Amino acid sequence: MTAGTPAGGQESTAGEEAAEPDTHGHLMALADKAIGAGEGPRTPAPDPVNPVMIRHWAEAMGDANPRYAGPDAVAPPAMIQVWTMAGPGGRAARASRTPLDDLLGAFDETGYTGVVATNCEHTYHRHLRPGEHLTAGTRMTDIAGPKRTALGEGYFVTWTVTWYSQDEPVAEMLFRLLKFRPRERPAPREPYPLRPAVNRDTAFFWEGARLGELRVQQCAACGLLRHPPGPVCPSCHSTERAYVVARGEGTVYSYVVHHHPPVPGLETPFAVAVVELPEGVRIVGDVVGCPPSEVSVGMPVRVEFREMDDELTLPMWVPGGES
Amino acid sequence: MSEVVVGSALPTLVIDLTPTFVISTALATRDFTPVHHDTAVARAQGSADIFLNILTTMGLVERYVTDWTGPEAELRGIKVRLGVPAYAGDTLTFSGTVAEASGGEVTVEVTGAVSLGAHATATVRLALPEAA
Repeated sequence: MTAGTPAGGQESTAGEEAAEPDTHGHLMALADKAIGAGEGPRTPAPDPVNPVMIRHWAEAMGDANPRYAGPDAVAPPAMIQVWTMAGPGGRAARASRTPLDDLLGAFDETGYTGVVATNCEHTYHRHLRPGEHLTAGTRMTDIAGPKRTALGEGYFVTWTVTWYSQDEPVAEMLFRLLKFRPRERPAPREPYPLRPAVNRDTAFFWEGARLGELRVQQCAACGLLRHPPGPVCPSCHSTERAYVVARGEGTVYSYVVHHHPPVPGLETPFAVAVVELPEGVRIVGDVVGCPPSEVSVGMPVRVEFREMDDELTLPMWVPGGES
Repeated sequence: MSEVVVGSALPTLVIDLTPTFVISTALATRDFTPVHHDTAVARAQGSADIFLNILTTMGLVERYVTDWTGPEAELRGIKVRLGVPAYAGDTLTFSGTVAEASGGEVTVEVTGAVSLGAHATATVRLALPEAA
């Protein structure tokens, strides 16, 4: 769980940028340096513990605890970090860079740009009273990684802050965050320009295509298969609908070869066939996998599902059955 | 407060996370990070809205437990495991159970839940002077 690789001999050179292990070694060397540095310089709180900030805090939190008001007020223990928060200038306003700052900067430079805090643990030794001047010292304590997380691959970095009143430690905070490489999402594909009309009657067919199923509508009352899908059974006039999954094989019942005009998303010439399924319905689809000139009536074909874009899958037909 | 019995539940506390609440607590904890007060910046970073800062989460866990114990409790520590963000417009509901109680030392397990799931899962240790 601690930084694994000693710093010695791990200085990576700029020429080796492609190698991942060097990034790991570089980060671990910086982590070892930060852990080895121990507690950093103590940062003084801008203001002593005071009743004005306590009241402001309690009001905002909606905390009516009477101990935080009146002449004998104490500071809310959970307020400990507030006393040493940097102002709107943030961390940039701080005097000097620490080895921990160097490590966190190196994460950003090597692509671990994501950050999410995972743990915050306070320990309180006693109550603080108005007038106490606090300082805070930070030391890095642990690094763990690389780990695969839901957010992406990353490292857990842990440090501890100790608050002092004079030289007396009055509270500690363990803080752990995950520095991660945000998951790269593949760029969405260009949408295919030809889209089927999907409605309540036909949605099951297109959902099936996405799942690799050639679905044929079936009357739930009399069992008749029908294609294309429609709202009413032409035989018994029932509107109860179901479907079956076809085997995905058939023969070319008829076809055309389209030469002109051009069709967006398709290269001419292309063949479109009426395919007769052994289940007893005919279905229209492109014949691919052979030149259009080789398509013939009676030719055995089987279905192949082609992803046209991120959302649309079309069933198409290729030569060959009984495979 | 009533007798502290292991397994007994604390009354729930529901906090309406209005933008005013998120912003005023961020500023009362001197946290000026824009994601806690600037909606446009928060959204540009992929967040649904501005969200509660950690210093406030710690403060609310403390408030939740001391609302129940009363002011005599001495807090020893609060351990929080942080979960999903608590966005403005959501509701934060605290629930808790007494996990341990012996010799006045009490451990309470607390969950702060929002619509997305657990925002904070906490263990709070405290001492109750007059408890047996």
